[in-house]
This record gives sequence, structure tokens and C-alpha cells, in this order.
Amino acid sequence: MSNKVVQAMYNDDDILMDAVKEVRAANYHIEEVYTPFPVHGLDKAMGLKGTRIAITAFMYGCVGLVFSVWMMNYMMIEQWPQDIGGKPSFAFVQNMPAFVPIMFEMTVFFAAHLMVITFYMRSRLWPFKEAENPDPRTTDDMFVMEVIVDGNEAELIAFLEKTGTVEIKVTEKH
Amino acid sequence: MYTFSSKLKTLSLALMIIGLLGVGYGFLSAPASVDEVKVLLQESHNAHGEVVAAADHGTAESGDAAQSEDAHAEHVYHLLKNKPWSALYVALFFFFMISLGTLAFYAIQHVSQAGWSVVLFRVMEGITAYLPVGGVLLFVFFVLSATQNHLFTWMDPEVVANDVLIQNKAGYLNVPFFLGRAAIYILGWVLYRNYARKMTLAQDASTDLSNYRKLFKSSAAFLVFFLVTESMMSWDWIMSLDPHWFSTLFGWYVFSSLIVSAITTIALVSIYLKGKGYLEFVNNSHLHDLAKFMFGFSIFWAYLWFSQFMLIWYANIPEEVTYFVTRFNDYKVPFLGMVVLNFVFPLLILMNSDFKRVPWFIVTAGIIVLIGHYIDIFVMIMPATVGDQWFFGISEISSVLLVLGIFIYVVFNAMTKAPLLAKGSPFIKESEHFHY
Repeated sequence: MSNKVVQAMYNDDDILMDAVKEVRAANYHIEEVYTPFPVHGLDKAMGLKGTRIAITAFMYGCVGLVFSVWMMNYMMIEQWPQDIGGKPSFAFVQNMPAFVPIMFEMTVFFAAHLMVITFYMRSRLWPFKEAENPDPRTTDDMFVMEVIVDGNEAELIAFLEKTGTVEIKVTEKH
Repeated sequence: MYTFSSKLKTLSLALMIIGLLGVGYGFLSAPASVDEVKVLLQESHNAHGEVVAAADHGTAESGDAAQSEDAHAEHVYHLLKNKPWSALYVALFFFFMISLGTLAFYAIQHVSQAGWSVVLFRVMEGITAYLPVGGVLLFVFFVLSATQNHLFTWMDPEVVANDVLIQNKAGYLNVPFFLGRAAIYILGWVLYRNYARKMTLAQDASTDLSNYRKLFKSSAAFLVFFLVTESMMSWDWIMSLDPHWFSTLFGWYVFSSLIVSAITTIALVSIYLKGKGYLEFVNNSHLHDLAKFMFGFSIFWAYLWFSQFMLIWYANIPEEVTYFVTRFNDYKVPFLGMVVLNFVFPLLILMNSDFKRVPWFIVTAGIIVLIGHYIDIFVMIMPATVGDQWFFGISEISSVLLVLGIFIYVVFNAMTKAPLLAKGSPFIKESEHFHY
């Protein structure tokens, strides 16, 4: 199976956006776009599906809430009840208002941290990972669009040259 | 230009008439004397079959029992007398606060030079048109309170004479100063509202930005004035109903209720007008932003509600905690129910990003939020004035209908007076092209 891709470079985000739309309209498959900064509306232009991380955030928040309820009940009611300011320490419900800040914080903590970890796993990122970035200039002022070569390479290159690209490279994708 | 449809006009007039009849009935059906209350109490005791027990007690200490029964009857008599007044007050305050919150939100848009909200300015100006009307109604109500009813117990010289705590506060809590402050707040707010309206209308016709700059400066000045007066207004108009009790974040708490109701009303009116084909320049990104504010401020409300509750619960100082004891004992269902309506419900239904762009979702959530905040105001006012004698009856419902009728009439009538797009604003292009 061929992993050949064409990397077309652009030096302006507006030109890139137009190019992405043209390439999609001509039914070529865009593998990836590398940009030095987030380009507003690029995800929609590329036809990427909306992120589902919000749903995971909600579920992680629920886990955090449940965990904090269990934790406070175990610590303050079952394991070591303490008399703090004369508040009842024998039933969770009676002491619940004091636990609400902890329940809130745990919900946020779980949602935030697990969401970040999920994001890293989903994007296959981990510490010391080698960059997949095809060209170091995309961290500076260049935008790179990778289009998969499916058959006619010359035709694709000719098409891309008309989209305002400043440089074209054909390479093997690992 | 918007035309006030005859259907809506008829509806508002019908609401006013039905409301007026109901409010009148509420006042007429309030007990006229202590004896009437005694009969009422006797009937309810009989109905509960407690009369036998009362008779048994009577043999031993008949003198004391009769005396305390008289005092109880008189107490209930005053509470029942207050009920139609309080119901009217809750409704008047509720709709006034929607209008006031809209004005604050409107001023924030000008000061922050927000681009997205410009297409909604005329809707906001329509809602704030109720401010002068509601202000006059409230002021008349306060004048009547000083003479006709006992909602504000500190206005009664007899009560003050026997109460050292109120005597100590008499320098602030006295009728002339109270009415003077109310006049200053209302005048200041109405003044800014009319000035801002004049400036945006002038900006539509002008070629330079001088009106816009004046609007910006006056909005900033208004917000300073508003933050101080809103806080004092909440102490005067609501907190002083319980003259012994105080909470230092009460102003913020009332503000959170006010701003969330206001934004909800802006969203509901916008969706209504859009449904009638008037606001073609309002897209679902604008609604999305309003719904985000509804969501955010609902959580903000819950945060303040809980902050006020938890500190008082934890410290457990008798003079503070009575406020919540009354609410837990006599108002459990509305007091805890509103937390569900104002927090849990909007949290769950408006959390999803896509739902915030669907008009009927916003309408459903909005109606629930408005009901919840009506109950919030109800639970702020009623325990102090009618105590355990509360119920949702003809007085409460018809007061809401009456003021709602006036509100609809004034708001939609004001909207016919100017084009629905503030086309002179320098941010109008940004607002029209706003998308998420």
C-alpha cells in the first residue's frame, strides 16, 4: 500500500483556508494540516467531526462527584468522625453542606485532569515523543497541507500548484 | 419596524383585567377583623379534630390559653392581611428586576464594547422601557406600605418603640429616608435608560461617533452607580423586611437572580420576535451566547445561594440562622425546589453545546428559570411578611398576571417606536456576521 503524500506549503492562513476548500471540492483526501497557530474555522473546512471530549468531561465530572461523596463519607462519617464546630458528624446528610466545596472541587479536578489525559491518549501524545511535524517551519510561519496520493501524482501536483502554494514536496509517510 | 400585533395586545389587556379582578378579590377576601380569623382558626381546628385536646387543656389554665389564643389570632390576622400586599409586591419586584437586570446587561455590552450583542440592543431597550412604569408602581407601593400595610415592620412606630435593635437602625431605616433613597435609585436608573435610548437613536442617524462615545461614558458611569444602588436597593426593599437579620452578600445574591432572569427574558423575547419574522439578523450563534449566559449565571446564582447558606449554617449564630430555620420549617418545598429549578435543571439541560442553539430548548429552560426565580423572590419576601400562612392562591397568581400584562404591553409597545436594528453602532457589521 502506498503511503505517498504531497506536502503543499502556504505562507498565509487565508490562502490555506481557500486551498483546503478547493482541494476538498475536487475530492482529494487531506491527510493532515500543520499550522503554527490554531486557524479559526479550519476544522469545519477540513470536514473534521466535532470533538466528543465534552461528553467525556461530563462523565469524568460525575465520577469525581461520586468519588468525593464516597471519600467524605468514609473519612468524616465512618472512619474518623470529628466534632468540628459542634456540627453533627453521625450522618452524611446532616453534614453535607460542609462537604459541598470538596464535592465541587473533586468534580472539577477529575473532569480537568482526566480530560487532559484522554486528549493526550487520543492524539497519541506522551512525554518525549518525537514530533510528527513534517517541516520545522510549520512552528514558525509556514502552513503545510498533506494530501494523500491516490493514483495520479502529476495531476494532483498540477492542481495544488494552482491553489497558491509556495512549495511542493512529495514524500513517503511512515 | 415592529408592529404590536392585536393578538398580543388583547392578551396583555386580558391579563391586566383578569389580574386586576383577582388582586381586588384577594384584598376583599382578606379577613377584616381578628374575630373573623378566630372563626377561621376554630373551623380549621375542628376540621383537624383538635378541639377535644384544646378543651382538656382549657380546664387547667383557661386564662392563659385564652390569652395566647387571642394573641395567636391577632398574629395570624396581620399575616393574612399582609398576604395580598406581599403577593403584589413579589410580582412588582420580579418584573421590575427583569427590566433592571436587562439595563445592567445592556450597559455592560456598551462598556465592554461587545460586538456580538449589537443586534439585540433594541430588544433590550424594549425590555428596559418597563423600568419607568415599574419604578412608579413600586414607589407608589412603598408609599402605601408606609401608611396602609405592615410589610415593613420597622415602619410601624409601635414596633420600633419595643425593639432596641430596630431603634439602633432607625437612622437608616426610617420612612422619609427610605422613600428618598428609593426615589434616587429609580430616578438614576430611569435617567440612564432614557439617555442611552436617546443616544442610540441619535447614533442611527449620525455620521460620526460622538453619540457612541457619550453612550460609552454614560454606561460606565451608570454601572458604578448601579453596583452601589443595586446593593442598597436589595437591603432596603428586601432585607429590611427582616429588620433583625443581615447578610453581607445579599446584594450580590439578589443581583445574580436579577441578571439571570433578565438574560432569560432577552432570549425569550428575541426568540418570540424571530419566530414572527422580525429579527432576521439574529442567528443561532446569538441565541447560543444568550443561553451560555443563562447557563453561567444559573451556576453563579447557585454559588451565591449556597455561599450565603453555608456560612450561616456553619456559624450557627441564632440571629442569623433564624432566616433559614423559618425557610426550612415553613417553606421547605419552594425553598429547596427552587434550587432544582434554578440550578440542577438549567445545568443539565443547557450543558450541551448543541442544545443551546435550539430555540425550543432555550424557551423550555427559560420558562423554568423564570418560574424558579419568581419562587426565589417569593421565598425572599413571604417568610417575613406572611410567615407560615402562605399558599399559592388567587392573590399570587393574579398579581403575576396583572404585572405580566402591563410588562408585555409596555415592552412590545416600546419596540414599535424604533427600527429593531441599531444600525448606527460601529460594531453592527461584526454583530451581523457573528458566528461560532
